[in-house]
Amino acid sequence: MASYIVKRIIRMIPQVFLISILAFIIIQLPPGDYLTEHLNRLRQSGRQQDEVEIRRWVQMYGLDRPMYEQYLKWITNIVFRLDFGYTFQWNKSVREVIASRMGYTLAIALFSAVFTWVVALPIGIFVAVKQYSIADYFFTLLGFIGLAVPGFLLAMVVMYVSYTQFGVKVGGLFSVEYQLQPWSWAKFVDLLGHIWIPIVILGINGTAGLIRTMRATMLDELRKQYVLVARAKGLSELKVLLRYPVRIAINPFISTIGWLLPWFFSGGTVVEIVLNLPTAGPALWRALMGQDMYLAGSYILISGTLVAIGSLISDILLAVVDPRVRFGSLEGQ
Amino acid sequence: MLGNSVLVEIKNLRTYFHLPEGTVRAVDGVDLTVRRGHTLGVVGESGCGKSVTALSLLRLVPSPGRIEGGEILFYRTVEEAGASSALTDVIDLAKLEPNGREMRSIRGNQISMVFQEPMSALIPVRTVGSQITEVITLHQKVSEAEAREIAADMLARVRLPKPRQALDDYPFQLSGGMRQRAVIAMALCCRPKLLIADEPTTALDVTTEAQILDLMRELQKEFGMAIMYITHNLGVIAEMAEMVAVMYLGKVVELTDVRTLFMSPLHPYTRALLKSIPQLTDAVTRGGKKPRLQTIEGMVPDPYSVLPGCTFHPRCPERIPDVCDRVEPGVSEVAPGHSVKCHLYSSP
Ligand SMILES: Nc1ncnc2c1ncn2[C@@H]1O[C@H](COP(=O)(O)OP(=O)(O)OP(=O)(O)O)[C@@H](O)[C@H]1O
Ligand SMILES: [Mg+2]
Repeated sequence: MASYIVKRIIRMIPQVFLISILAFIIIQLPPGDYLTEHLNRLRQSGRQQDEVEIRRWVQMYGLDRPMYEQYLKWITNIVFRLDFGYTFQWNKSVREVIASRMGYTLAIALFSAVFTWVVALPIGIFVAVKQYSIADYFFTLLGFIGLAVPGFLLAMVVMYVSYTQFGVKVGGLFSVEYQLQPWSWAKFVDLLGHIWIPIVILGINGTAGLIRTMRATMLDELRKQYVLVARAKGLSELKVLLRYPVRIAINPFISTIGWLLPWFFSGGTVVEIVLNLPTAGPALWRALMGQDMYLAGSYILISGTLVAIGSLISDILLAVVDPRVRFGSLEGQ
Repeated sequence: MLGNSVLVEIKNLRTYFHLPEGTVRAVDGVDLTVRRGHTLGVVGESGCGKSVTALSLLRLVPSPGRIEGGEILFYRTVEEAGASSALTDVIDLAKLEPNGREMRSIRGNQISMVFQEPMSALIPVRTVGSQITEVITLHQKVSEAEAREIAADMLARVRLPKPRQALDDYPFQLSGGMRQRAVIAMALCCRPKLLIADEPTTALDVTTEAQILDLMRELQKEFGMAIMYITHNLGVIAEMAEMVAVMYLGKVVELTDVRTLFMSPLHPYTRALLKSIPQLTDAVTRGGKKPRLQTIEGMVPDPYSVLPGCTFHPRCPERIPDVCDRVEPGVSEVAPGHSVKCHLYSSP
């Protein structure tokens, strides 16, 4: 097991390395960049005093050097000093911009994932056991609606309904009065009152999909001989379900960790923009639009790394629950 | 001879599947008796209701199947502390709640089953040991460690090499024959009064099959358990069973001891079945030419149809016109312990 984990982690290093190169190339691809544009604008308006400052940045990040040197400088700064560069849009370091927002992003992504699993697991098992019952049809319909309605539309509907019907303004993560205050218990409670909306909205799409997956795999497993054998042992029906078919049907659930994290991280951006959340997604999206290269590059790098970490976690968990993965044999029964 | 020695008595059992296409009368009025410590063989063509009979006994008939009527009397012994003789009480399994506490306490404990397709009887993601000890701790008041001991003992009894190590193995690490032994051990570890074996050796090669059959007989003697052995292999029946029930389309058409079955079979279906097994002597007398196997004429009728009269009459070479296709034959006892369901033998 330990050797499997070590091997798996070692395999991740070249992955992340490749991602970083790709991220760097992608942000260099479009012609022009924020800095030259900014310099041009400054020159035209005849302001010179900032230019000294900007020349300092150019030197510091090697913007006048060849590409590979720029890359090396960029990546060594990140790896050794956690310095992601400077964002010209915000006039701050990228780390500052991301750090203040990343916490919320991760919290929302994590809780959306938890929400998805907690809701989809029991419902998926239930509708498989009660195949073709009214409950099955009900959740199937609900699931298709959940799959078909895009998150941002759902967000807008929620905002509209809660404002027109209840006079409550949904959006942001804090009420106006807490926005600029330091952390306190009251502010935390206020956060809880707001954060569930993006969690549920982001979770619903994934939940609908996972219910379908769970139902399908459970139906497959329920037909297997070992379920009948388990019943013939005299186990109660609940124990039969949890110890046998669910043990295998859980595998696709674990695999979802691989894509759920990055999906919530990047796929949630549109919803977050609509809901006006102080999360990383919208800021990074704006960076991409404005060719704010260090911020945009960091965005691609971080999402890519999250994908790699997600699949690492799900691979390790899969190996924990399924010995066939551990022994490298999927021949199975 | 009956009385105390009876373990299970099935009377007029009917198990139907209500499908949108119609009703499948998988078991349609079966009478069977299993005696303590004896082996009852059940033979018949594929689809005649052997497995459904066994599943009905354990109350594990999958929906939309249902027991429509009949009795499954289980004469169970209640061993009382101090009492020198065990008391017997009768319980009708057909009346129990299929997933109720009482039925579950019998399942896997006093009646256990080895299923068709033993290869997939174990879930691949749990160790063999955990799947065996589970049934022990469920029915016996023992600790996890004691259960492991019992399981290891039982694996040794079924002659699994390195039983203790096998406990921590996963099913895919064992060979087919080893898995089959583990499955049998799992069914035996609560020392059941009745073991239902539903073609437990179909997936195995002949040598392994012979070993497993020997093993089952040996353990049967040691534990004094009864076996209900389901198969379409008459050779295996000859080796294993004392009494044999021949089933056709959900009904028992002939019930007799194994000697009589092979020496003087009465029902036309039984005789046809016996003719359809390849015989070594045939091959020899024909001078090495491949013997032509006799097959039973006609097709098994589709399972939804309800035939008037005897269900075998469309295929029967000896049918009596205007009788067999109109009147359902009753069961006649032609000799003690030998009964046939056929008009040819019904007393006028
Ligand atoms: N789950 C089910 N749903 C519908 N019909 C079923 C089901 N299980 C069995 N049957 C029907 O019941 C009848 C008897 O089936 P059963 O499995 O008992 O046959 P069998 O004698 O065990 O045959 P085999 O030797 O092939 O195992 C068949 O006609 C079959 O189609
Ligand atoms: Mg069968």
